[in-house]
Amino acid sequence: MVRHTMTDKKITVAITGMNARPDNPGPGLAVARCLRESTKFTGRIIGLGYDALDPGLYLKDYCDSTYLLPYPSTGDDALISRLREIQEFEKIDVLIPCLDAELPGMVRLVPLLNEMGIKTFIPTAEQLQLRNKHRLTEIASIADINSPETTSITNSRFFLDCQSKGWSYPLVVKGLFYDAKVVNSPEEGIEAFKNIASEWGFPVLVQRLIKGQEYNLAAVGDGKGNMLGAVMMKKMAITDKGKAWAGVSIFDQKLHDASAAIIKSLRWQGPLEVEIMRDQQGQYHLIEINPRFPAWIYLSVGVQTPVVHSLVDLALGKTPDNLANPATGILFIRHAVEHTIPISDFEAIVTNGKHCLNKQVE
Amino acid sequence: MDKNKTKIKQFDGSLFPSADVLNRLAISENGFIFDPASGNSFTVNQTGLLIIDLLKKEPDHKKALASIQHQFNVSSTTLERDVLEFARTLREWLGIP
Repeated sequence: MVRHTMTDKKITVAITGMNARPDNPGPGLAVARCLRESTKFTGRIIGLGYDALDPGLYLKDYCDSTYLLPYPSTGDDALISRLREIQEFEKIDVLIPCLDAELPGMVRLVPLLNEMGIKTFIPTAEQLQLRNKHRLTEIASIADINSPETTSITNSRFFLDCQSKGWSYPLVVKGLFYDAKVVNSPEEGIEAFKNIASEWGFPVLVQRLIKGQEYNLAAVGDGKGNMLGAVMMKKMAITDKGKAWAGVSIFDQKLHDASAAIIKSLRWQGPLEVEIMRDQQGQYHLIEINPRFPAWIYLSVGVQTPVVHSLVDLALGKTPDNLANPATGILFIRHAVEHTIPISDFEAIVTNGKHCLNKQVE
Repeated sequence: MDKNKTKIKQFDGSLFPSADVLNRLAISENGFIFDPASGNSFTVNQTGLLIIDLLKKEPDHKKALASIQHQFNVSSTTLERDVLEFARTLREWLGIP
């Protein structure tokens, strides 16, 4: 078989999730960085953000042009209309959505995106439903591992009498799309419920806390049941929000096999992150499946497994290169960096929702 | 022969991580150890390095201990106690229940 890779022609890849906040970064900038540092990628990168202060909108090392999108809550029509405007300028070949909250809308828009010439490689609506946080038990059984009991709630009164129903503290309160908070009392539970519901809507999920060591896997499902990449890491330091601040690449056979089983069973299409907790008895518990690359995906460059590159090839209908087994013992450590930008750059984003970082293509 | 160097009569080798586990470890000359499966890292002293090295080469733990006893002036009781404590710590560091 003749392999065709992205080096065949210069392509334009648009990436969402440029909100690289230090304590809780969106994955978009890391995904862009993976592509930019790939020796096989010589195309253009378009950064898409939702807020004028999303840092990735101003970083010319990783993006050639950047644009603001309407928030997912404004609906599909507003999003597709904005993408049409952007497409007139940029001729996007591939779009990589990187945020949980935008995935349902993006999935609905796939036919329209195709008509516009924009390719994606994301899960189907059914696959998205199956990996929902409140269906963890079903997925965990496929993977032959445990999962913490999870319940959906719509009222904060749950926290007042949950202990009498067997839900003892500490508990984990989670948003349907994002965010998680460990709570130790009814007061903390109610506060977390309010904060998460106001940001992510209803229902709010409550999960039993599993104590142990967290391990994560990032990979791409090829839509035929195969897992590509499988970069695994152990969190070594986390932020207040539980996000990885430092980690080390590992190879855990059980995490690998559980993730492969999930991808095979769902015939998963697109990127995903599998989060598991290994308790002190050595038992594995499925905590979450995220339908996108994680913010720590730059580790894939460190372990020489260009899984983002593979996703772009799949989106273009090409056969990706075979990926070597990721190296173990490679650490990543995040740091916060201030960038200075002229006010005119900020003005361009605020007033036009557009900023051209690479003047050669303006 | 030192009177303290009595023969090692019984030793439960199953308390040690298996040879497979020990062989997967990345071990530096300085005693820095990284386990690529658990992601844990820790350091051991030269004696710890020697014990791990012997256990990797010698599947019969009793023979491995006899070899250690041969190199150190230590009673079998003390040796077994210290080595068992080392085995317990190793299991903990490697995340073995």
